[in-house]
Amino acid sequence: MSAVIENHHDDHHHGPAKGLTRWLYTTNHKDIGTLYLWFSFAMFLVGGAMAMIIRAELFQPGMQIVEPEFYNQMITLHGLIMIFGGVMPAFVGLANWLIPMQIGAPDMALPRMNNLSFWILPFAFFILLSSLFMEGGAPNFGWTFYAPLSTEYAPPSTTFFIFSVHIMGASSIMGSINVVVTIMNMRAPGISLMKMPLFVWSWLITAYLLIAVMPVLAGAVTMMLMDIHFGTSFFNAAGGGDPVLFQHIFWFFGHPEVYIMILPAFGIVSHIIETFSRKKLFGHSSMVWAMLSIAILSFVVWAHHMFTVGLPLAAEIFFMWATMLIAVPTGVKVFNWVATMFRGSISFETPMLFAVAFVVLFTIGGLSGLMLAIVPADFQYHDTYFVVAHFHYVLVPGAIFSIMAAVYYWIPKWTGNMYDERLGRLHFWLSFIGVNVTFFPQHFIGLAGMPRRYPDYALQFADWNMVSSVGAFLFGFSQLLFLFIVLKTVMGGKKATGQVWEGAKGLEWSVASPAPYHTFSTPPKVD
Amino acid sequence: MNKGAKKTLTKLIIAVPLMFAFGFALVPLYDIFCEVTGLNGKVSQSEYSDELVTDSGRPIALQFISTNNENMPWTFEPSEQVMKIETGKYHTATFYVKNTTNRKMVAQAVPSVAPSNAAAHLKKLECFCFEQQELMPGEDALLPVKLLVSNDLPSNIKNVILSYTIFDITDYNDEAMAHHDMGME
Repeated sequence: MSAVIENHHDDHHHGPAKGLTRWLYTTNHKDIGTLYLWFSFAMFLVGGAMAMIIRAELFQPGMQIVEPEFYNQMITLHGLIMIFGGVMPAFVGLANWLIPMQIGAPDMALPRMNNLSFWILPFAFFILLSSLFMEGGAPNFGWTFYAPLSTEYAPPSTTFFIFSVHIMGASSIMGSINVVVTIMNMRAPGISLMKMPLFVWSWLITAYLLIAVMPVLAGAVTMMLMDIHFGTSFFNAAGGGDPVLFQHIFWFFGHPEVYIMILPAFGIVSHIIETFSRKKLFGHSSMVWAMLSIAILSFVVWAHHMFTVGLPLAAEIFFMWATMLIAVPTGVKVFNWVATMFRGSISFETPMLFAVAFVVLFTIGGLSGLMLAIVPADFQYHDTYFVVAHFHYVLVPGAIFSIMAAVYYWIPKWTGNMYDERLGRLHFWLSFIGVNVTFFPQHFIGLAGMPRRYPDYALQFADWNMVSSVGAFLFGFSQLLFLFIVLKTVMGGKKATGQVWEGAKGLEWSVASPAPYHTFSTPPKVD
Repeated sequence: MNKGAKKTLTKLIIAVPLMFAFGFALVPLYDIFCEVTGLNGKVSQSEYSDELVTDSGRPIALQFISTNNENMPWTFEPSEQVMKIETGKYHTATFYVKNTTNRKMVAQAVPSVAPSNAAAHLKKLECFCFEQQELMPGEDALLPVKLLVSNDLPSNIKNVILSYTIFDITDYNDEAMAHHDMGME
């Protein structure tokens, strides 16, 4: 994609407002993107601190540090915060920063709703975290909040949890509506759908998924609310309801949610591999079709989370095959990334390191997912650490590595300063080693039969748990280095050029670094 | 905002409540699906039918399991653990219940059939699970279930299990709901 360098429109160019109100009242997509990114970073550290507590307790068998009740609250909040507070807002932040710049639009289509969708998020997480200090403690039923554990046997704070999920849902839905309206209506002339950069494509599909499933999640928690307070029996067998119904509704949301957390990563990694291989991306349109197929298939595989509830054989076979089918478009993507690197003139700057690690480690997570898709094998693996290892491999070196890669890749554009390459690579290697030392051994203890969500375990699992905890501490504390690198880059550093990276293509690299407060007030010309 | 953007926005804003409603629509859809397939032992009452009654049945074992849901203090057990029955004939089995507490209580039994592909062939003419049971303190009763296993039962099934879980639903009565403390104790 070639673009005409944008002219400065000094006649009506104005900078941001001063002081705190700039951030409260801002409708600027770049400001809101920054807010989202910092918020998700804060939540990443909070959820990470909880992970440290979990791994400290699991360092040795027996109960050492926390009470079992508190441990259950930690695993629940760790999951909820990392998913809804860490990964999702980080992707929304990147969408805010990048989508308007990548399609040559001056801002998001609905700037005021954009402000609202961000500013309700801190309240949602304030409510959720405040439940830690309530009588009976925070939610303790795991992030999947299966009924009746989350209804009849739940702590009173569950009501606050339900409202916080409602607010998070409202925020995601508003954010997604904004993304779709922006992409569908504000592309610069000449950018047809199939010419759109892949990050934009990945977010368009993600936004549709979010609009489809977040309301279903809202419905599920509303049913819980009604069961708890208004005497209905959606999930209560005594009143004619069914607990298995909860799992069907939850995973109807939950499985597309899994792809919501990985599709934007696909977009990011495609851009980075293209840039640092100094080649055109292999198979742009097949990437688009692969993402679309993954999104559509995500609606017909939900029951693979429920193989052990007593599904009929026909359903188990259907969901097994449908799940395995997803490996095909995912494989297309992995092969396209490898083909892009093939015979490229590759350099390994920090974003590329994270992106290559993404391809390798996400594939490991994908393959353990295929193992879990096999019904008879799943009966053995279900609710063991093998599952924990699987979804952490797709989420940590998958989604989170892609977010880190994106930050290193675009931070020169955001701040105008280059990050410290030496420290960036150090952060990568510490994270890479840490993540593998943490999660690879969990495959072993899972296959050996260690169940998830217990604060204590049998002695034969002790060695690998200790290894896993050491890795977790390494990974966890390395993220403070990431915080330091980001802060250092914001404060100053080597000035970045407009293009930043030798091989970078796309409209966002055609504007100055740092990107002016207003870009593309008049649409760029694209052939 | 231009016209196209308004149109997209309207469509998306309509989609959100529709998907919210779809979440709730999953509840009856799930029930219908279970009833059609007989999953979850969701067997509804069937009418007496001469067509189902045949002389050429085959012998099978009908096992009964009774479970008390948590905090349900009643005595609840089948009169016989196993009945040797013949397919294509109506049989009556009974369950013994006794309210062991000193207060009036209401109970509801929820059935389940295993294996699940037998459920569709189990025809209940009458069952205590179709209604609620109200027992005075210390009162007991024999609860009947009249059923027929149809001849169409897959031939590999020689053993059908009918299980009931009994729930305390005293607090679910409308009157009692008003005093129910909303689970916020």
